[in-house]
Parts: sequence; structure tokens; C-alpha cells
Amino acid sequence: MFIMLYLLVLFIKWIIRMSPEDKQMSIRGFFSVKTLSAVKEIFTESLLHRKIFRINPLLGYMHMSLAFGWFVLIVTGHFQSLFYKPAAFHPPYYSIFFNKLESAAGNYPMKGFFEFAMDFLLLFILSGVMLAFYKRFRSSGLGMTKTTRLKLKDNIALISLWCIFPLRLLAESATSGLCHNGGFMTGSFGNALHTFLPLETIEMPLWWAYSISLGIFFFSLPHSRYMHIPVEMILIFFRNYGLKTCNNYNSFSDMEIKSCSRCGVCIDKCQMPESDSRAVYFIRGLRENTPDPHQVENCMMCGRCTDICPVGVDVNKLRLIARSRSANDGRSNYPYLSAKNPVNADVLFFAGCMTHLSPGIIESVQGIFNMAGINYHFMDKDGGACCGRPLKLAGRNKDAEKLINFNREEILNSGAETLVTSCPICLKTFREDYNLKHIRVLHHSQFILGLWYEEKIKISKQLVTLAYHDPCELGRGLSVYKEPVELLNRIGIVRTSYPHGTDSLCCGGSLADTELSMQERDAITREALGQILVNNPQYLATSCPLCKKTFAKLSREIPVMDIAELVYRNMLSRGTAAGKRKLRKRTKETAVY
Amino acid sequence: MMVKDKFGFSIHADNQVNLDKGDYSLLQKIMAAEPGFLNCISCGSCTASCTAASFTDFNFRVLCQNVRRGQNTNLMNELSKCMFCGKCRLICPRGINTRKIISLLHKELSNTMQYA
Repeated sequence: MFIMLYLLVLFIKWIIRMSPEDKQMSIRGFFSVKTLSAVKEIFTESLLHRKIFRINPLLGYMHMSLAFGWFVLIVTGHFQSLFYKPAAFHPPYYSIFFNKLESAAGNYPMKGFFEFAMDFLLLFILSGVMLAFYKRFRSSGLGMTKTTRLKLKDNIALISLWCIFPLRLLAESATSGLCHNGGFMTGSFGNALHTFLPLETIEMPLWWAYSISLGIFFFSLPHSRYMHIPVEMILIFFRNYGLKTCNNYNSFSDMEIKSCSRCGVCIDKCQMPESDSRAVYFIRGLRENTPDPHQVENCMMCGRCTDICPVGVDVNKLRLIARSRSANDGRSNYPYLSAKNPVNADVLFFAGCMTHLSPGIIESVQGIFNMAGINYHFMDKDGGACCGRPLKLAGRNKDAEKLINFNREEILNSGAETLVTSCPICLKTFREDYNLKHIRVLHHSQFILGLWYEEKIKISKQLVTLAYHDPCELGRGLSVYKEPVELLNRIGIVRTSYPHGTDSLCCGGSLADTELSMQERDAITREALGQILVNNPQYLATSCPLCKKTFAKLSREIPVMDIAELVYRNMLSRGTAAGKRKLRKRTKETAVY
Repeated sequence: MMVKDKFGFSIHADNQVNLDKGDYSLLQKIMAAEPGFLNCISCGSCTASCTAASFTDFNFRVLCQNVRRGQNTNLMNELSKCMFCGKCRLICPRGINTRKIISLLHKELSNTMQYA
């Protein structure tokens, strides 16, 4: 009752705090097929835990046995009591304590089936509890290097949850031992107990202990991580209706925060040095309303935790909001940025700050454009303004807006139809924050692949082995995975290294973090390099200038090259003597690394 | 800006610094949070690569130097020109976390408006 009331109050609070659009969206969604898909998602994710199965089968089994097993146990128990005493409604305690209350129950329809089913389900859950217990002490057995460090409230709930099922087994066994009934497990176990224990005296205390541990669990539920059990279901409904966390905390983000089960799956994915800023502890900090600055700032926002999260909590977005709350926003101004004369061109090329630090990329992209005969304009040739993404990542949205408006005007005034950038960081903000209407915004790998398809450039494939590193912002951030790899397949032989794709590692250079020292960053880079270069390729290819710069510093033997540089080197029909000389020179340069 | 366009030299205004009279409270706060601040050799790589410095006379090297010398006047005005792009952090030969220093300065300067 307590938990129902608590949830109801919370639910009403959420509804009240929702914006009118969100409310409308929810109402529209409620009477549509989305409700059905939400129910399906609840079944596959909240009960069966399909996503966790994909991470580790044993871990998935543990979660499934507890969630799905308990759910079916409750339902079966309810049916059992309904079959015994048909009624429109039984109070919940009646089915929970059915075996005690009706211990001397005579025959009723399908008695044998129910006794067997209830015992089987209990065994199913107990196997999960055993695994959970094992995981606390040896998490690697379930595919997790580390598991979540819990606080007192969580531990109380955890222990009471662990106690519930063994106590239920003992209590039911005691009763069935006395009455000589029960299923295959409780019955035989009870009989065994009966031989050497005074069941008459301990039967009642066992039921009491069972009932108390149930009570403790449900009372601690709203204050512990087990709040995710009810809230996740509500979250799935609203997510299916199209709600999401926007630029501020809303009801949905509150649901997300409370849905975090602190399962700890994200911990192993985190490349940061062990600290309280990891996703699971950060979300806990948010829930307790006490995220300290270090916890908020110390994150590279690579998105690996968001990607793996079985609940689907958008950690990066929640973190950005937390940052914007503590940031000193709106105090910067850039009066020195003056509008340039509009230049008309078909294609705009925006190199970005990071690309300016590795001029080889700029040279290659320009070379490819010239070769393909593109009418392009190099927007930040003499050093343009920043795209604004670094400020956004620091939570300074108002300051970022100033830069965005400046760049946006220039882009729109040029009349170009395509905007090509070499930097995934810029690309992300161009696509998400600039509102560029009809303009296509592409990464250079996408654009160059397009040129190849249009046969404007020709690339010669050579016998070189390449490893490709998916940059965070391009891969997880914008879901651009195929084009770079396809382009690289035209250049050489791509050796897939693990992890790659959605599971790709961060290079350690991320602009999102301001806390890491150089040494810590280098450690992350070395670790990542070790995994990426495991196949010993001849070149490490990437499509982000920041990743290139970061890797190049520590990759001594294997040269790190941008995808554009590789294309430019392998382009056919660039037979001029000057071109060849340049090519030779550049090959020498890369050999220096 | 003035020196950049034409070759030659310019004469700075007389600028005597009395290190005994500096206000080192800001420096101490930054040092507490980011000890690497003192690793700076004032090479000026940060300023040379700076995105904002290609438009205006924003100079991160001088800004840091002023903080170290306890000259905290007009800091906020200067700092507000920074675009936070992070080139300086990548270029710094001493591996100083420049972006942390910038955000620390931002925080400190807005807490105490006296430096503005």
C-alpha cells in the first residue's frame, strides 16, 4: 500500500511538471499502437532483460530469474489462490501467504500443477539469488570486472531482497513438513527438516522473518536502487510516446534518474581512472541531489556508458544539464568576430580548430576537392570562429549560442548546398544545434565517398593493412560507421580490431573533459592504442583530427593518418611532378612518427 | 594585432611590476586545484595556436603570466574572449591542462567580481 501511494504521488508530480507539448504527446501516444510496443518492451527488457543477455548470458539469466521469475511467481500465486477460492479480488497478502493461511487446504483444481509451478519458480529465483550473491564477491564470474559500490540504503534493500527467497523456502518447507504436502522441493525439504528440527516452534518465526524481509524490501525500495523496478516501466511508456530529456531537467529526466538500477554494466565500459564521476555514481549523485563539481566535470563523454545502458538512460544529456547548471554562462562575448563578405560556392569546407592543428588533413581535403573539380569555399581558411561545441560540452550554452549565430549566418549567406567538415566535433553541433535548414552537412569521409561513387575521383587500392578507429562523436554521436570503412576498403585492407563500431574506444583527447591531467590522458590513449593496434596494421586510420593528434603523439611505430590523407595519397591521375614530390615528402613526414 | 600586420617592433607602455605588492589569492586558488599551472615556461605556443588570437589581441600567455605575478586587473575582460576550443591544451609542450585553468579562472572571477 505504502509503495503504491508513493508511486501515485510521484506519478502525479511528474504529470504536473510535464510541459504541455509533452502532455499532448503522451495522450496522443497512449491511444496509439505505441502503448502496445511499450508493453512489449517492458516484457523483453524489464522482465526478460534481453539487453543484459547480450552482454553476458549468465548476467542476463541472473537478472531474468529475479525479475521474470518473481513476476511469474506472483501471478501464479494469485491464480492459485483464485482457483482455491474464486473471488473477484483477493488482497495481496492472501496469495503471498497462501501456503500458510490455507496450509490444510484440501483439494482444489490443478493443485498438483500449482504446487509444482510455485516450487519450480522459487527454485528458478533462488538460482538467481545465488548468482547475485556470487557476483557480489566475484563479479568476473558473470562477465563484470567491477560491480557497483553500494551505499547503506542500497545494501539494506539488497540484503532484504536476498533474504526473501531463502526465507520463503524455509517457511514453506516448514509448513509443508508439518502438513505433509507441498511440491517437489518444499515438500521433500520440509520432510527432511522435520526429521531433526522442531518445526512446530520455528514455523511461525520463519513466516514472520519472511514477512519482515518482504516488508523491509518494499519500504526501502523508494530510497534504494530498486526504485527502478516500477519507474523503469513508466519510463518505457513515456519513451515510446516520444518524450526525451531536453535542455533542462524535466519529468522524463527525473524518471531516467530513478530508473537507474545501478547494475554497474557501464562501469566496465568506462575508460576513466576509477572515480566517483563514473556514470552510475554520477546518476546516484543526481538522485541524491549532491553531484559535486568533480563528479560532473570529470568525464570525456565518449558515450560508451549511454550506449551499453540496459535501461537506456541518456547519461551524457543528464551530465550536460548538470554542467550547464554550475557553469558561468553568458559572460563571454566575441565582439571581435566581424561578418565577412559572403562568398558564393556550391560546397563550403569548414576545417575546424582541431583540423588546423594538423594541416595535412586540410591540404588533402583541398587536394581532393581540386582534383574532383568542386566549386568550394574554404570557410575558415585564415582561422575561423570555433563551432561552439566545446562551450556546449562545458555547459556554457549561451556563450556557445553567440558563436553558433555567427557561423550560422556565414554558412547561410554563402548559398551553399553542402557543408563539409573534417571535424566530427563540429559536425555534431552543425547537425544538432545550427538548424541549417536545407543544407546538407557531411563529414569529409561521407563527401569523398560520394565523389568516388560519382566517379569524380579514382582511388587505387594497395596492399596496405589499415586499422580504423571510430571517433566517439562520429560513431556513437552521429551513427556514421559505414562510410569511413567503405572508403578505407577502397584504399587498402581494413583489419578489424576489437572493440570497434558502437563499442569503439575513446582516444583520450576528448574536449568534454577539463579535469584529466596529461598523464591520465596518456594512460587512456596507450590503453586504447594497445587494443586498436592488436592486429599490427601498417597504418592507423581515423576520421577525427583530435583523435589523430592524440594517437600520433603516442603511436611511435605505426603512423596515424586521417582518412582524407590516405585517400589523397592513393588517388590516381595526380600525375604532375609537383604532386609526386609532395607525395614523397608527406610519406617521409608520416614516417617520422 | 598591430605588430602582426607589419614587420618591425613597437614600444610597450612602461610596465613595472612590484612582485611584493601582487594579489596572489587567485594564483593560490588555481594552484590548489591545478598544480601544473606553475609548469608553464611562457613559450607562447598557446597564443600562437589560439583561435581567438587570430581575430583579436587575446593573449593567454600574458594572461597566465599576469595571474602568476598577482596582477589581476581586467582579467575577466580578457578571459571573455576565449572560445574554449582547446587548441592550447593540445599544443602545450608542458602538458598543462589549460582548459581547466580557464574554467577555474572563470569560476573564481565570477565569484569575486573585483577582478572584472
